[in-house]
Amino acid sequence: MATAHVGGYRPGLVDLKTGQISREIFVNEDIYAEEQERVFARAWLYVGHESQVPNPGDFFVSGMGEESVILTRDRAGQVRVFLNSCRHRGMKVCRYDEGNTTVFTCPYHGWSYGTDGRLVGVPYFREAYHSQLDRLQWGLVEVAQTCVHKGTVWATWDKDAPPFLEYLGDFARYLDQMFDSWDGSDGGTEILGGVQKWLVPSNWKFPAENFSGDSYHNISHRSVDMVGAGPSGSGRRDMPELNLARKLHIAIPDRGHQTTAYLLPREVEVPAGYQHSPVVSDYFKKCEEARRQQRGDWGRLITLVGEVFPSMAFLARQPRTIAVWHPRGPHQTEVWRWFLVDKNAPQDVKNFLRDYYIRYSGPAGMTEQDDMENWGYAHKASRGTIARRYSYSYEQGMGTEVDNYEWEGFSLPGSVTDLTQAKSSEHNLRNLYRRWAEFMEASDWDELASWRRAQRAAAE
Amino acid sequence: MSDRDDRFVEMLLTHEIAQFLYREAELLDERRYEAWLALLSDDIRYWMPMRRNVKFGEESREFTREITDINWFDEGKETLTRRVRQIETGIHWAEEPVSRIAHLVTNVQLIEAMPSAAEAREVSVKCRFLIYRNRVETETDILVGKREDLLRRDGDDWKIARRKIILDQNVLLSKNLTFFF
Repeated sequence: MATAHVGGYRPGLVDLKTGQISREIFVNEDIYAEEQERVFARAWLYVGHESQVPNPGDFFVSGMGEESVILTRDRAGQVRVFLNSCRHRGMKVCRYDEGNTTVFTCPYHGWSYGTDGRLVGVPYFREAYHSQLDRLQWGLVEVAQTCVHKGTVWATWDKDAPPFLEYLGDFARYLDQMFDSWDGSDGGTEILGGVQKWLVPSNWKFPAENFSGDSYHNISHRSVDMVGAGPSGSGRRDMPELNLARKLHIAIPDRGHQTTAYLLPREVEVPAGYQHSPVVSDYFKKCEEARRQQRGDWGRLITLVGEVFPSMAFLARQPRTIAVWHPRGPHQTEVWRWFLVDKNAPQDVKNFLRDYYIRYSGPAGMTEQDDMENWGYAHKASRGTIARRYSYSYEQGMGTEVDNYEWEGFSLPGSVTDLTQAKSSEHNLRNLYRRWAEFMEASDWDELASWRRAQRAAAE
Repeated sequence: MSDRDDRFVEMLLTHEIAQFLYREAELLDERRYEAWLALLSDDIRYWMPMRRNVKFGEESREFTREITDINWFDEGKETLTRRVRQIETGIHWAEEPVSRIAHLVTNVQLIEAMPSAAEAREVSVKCRFLIYRNRVETETDILVGKREDLLRRDGDDWKIARRKIILDQNVLLSKNLTFFF
């Protein structure tokens, strides 16, 4: 266990020159504790969706790293995020998953807080505290910054973190497809009722790297490909695109966000998917056309699976989901899963997609079940003293990524690997760990916001 | 018939239904999936909602809704059959090597027999379940909850036309649900 800090995070434990990453960063308890400070207390984290708290007093209990937080809408209509812990003795002030309230009352000694976090009730305030307690100082702990972006709610504990859109950088364009309607209209998605929550016996970085763009794990899902759980019958659900499009890995190096994507050809019409259901097939065909008209070249890009550093993952194509990896110690992760559909889609389309989402995703999902088996036993087999001495290989496709990638006259921001021939690369995974190592070593956000230094230098 | 006869008929029916449920559990535990699938009606609804922590008095919001919300399961025979086929590929890693599973079915209560116990064509039955799963070496899950089944008379036997599964958990404590309830 004591080998954690040998050589530091860059380049020691995360060695991008050789493409090797130490197992310690997954299984070591000291590293885990440091990670809570340096990554989860400083980064922007996904908290929930605005539509979960439409009215004043609505609340949804969420998580940020290991902390329980309350996402609520105060009486003034403002979205707020508070630490779910009484300031007096730490008891959770809310143990309901969601609801509507005017106050959060601690069941231990009875301190109560408004939906704006202010301490509004203290039993025996006059008698026991002699009216001396400064109630303004003892409101619920609030996050340092909150941002609502296309309906999604994000927060950070760090007042020095850059604003959320700056944190996303060029990645914001790639994320659009996740939160916009499939026809390209702005922010036109809604959450289906019910957030899946379950425990996975592995470090949170196993799912994080998988969703960053592990396009190498075909064998994991071969059984579901054989029996067919997809909306177009048996076989892979994305065959039409696979045969026509450029398959890309796109990473934003200074931010640590990454995604996989298909870039469709300009002239060729993409064969309709979802052929089992004419109404769904028709809906997506119309959306594709509308998106291309509205967004031009960007309309040809289909974002697939990706990750906003550190712990929010998404699948922008169907099954359209947001996943958050909540660390529960080095050896366990609690996964939360939201599902999205186009707000304006016909009910038949929503129903069809909902069925497909359930069949594909989560602990009962025919596809993801096999992922969790692999993460769990990969983690378990990496814990031993001997096992820890041997790094994992992330050497796949090293040096094949390019800046200013261009195809058919469309240039994409970020560092891009074209996988059309290569099939797979670990470029996106290396990008995740590069940023992780930076977070683990940087002393403050001044150091982490490296793009600001470049901008300052350019200005001078 | 006398009251006594009525009670006797109901007792026999309850016994018959309980025996059916035990036999079904036996098929699953012995991995005799074809025979298990044959017990499911073609129009079966297999539904397992997720559960929220809600305030006392707000129980109507405790469960996710069938057909409307995201659920743990909300499907019919086609998907259940595919799940069986997936296990049978031999490369469904989450069940490879296969888990050791025991279904304990208990507290069997006949809720309603339609049109009557003597001529039951459909019965509504509740029970408790405890599913024990142990896999690979030390990995163990225990899932406890309630089931509400609608059984339909099929010749000398019964078919399961609807199964509602109420798992007594909020955060699912198992990494997956690769088995049947």
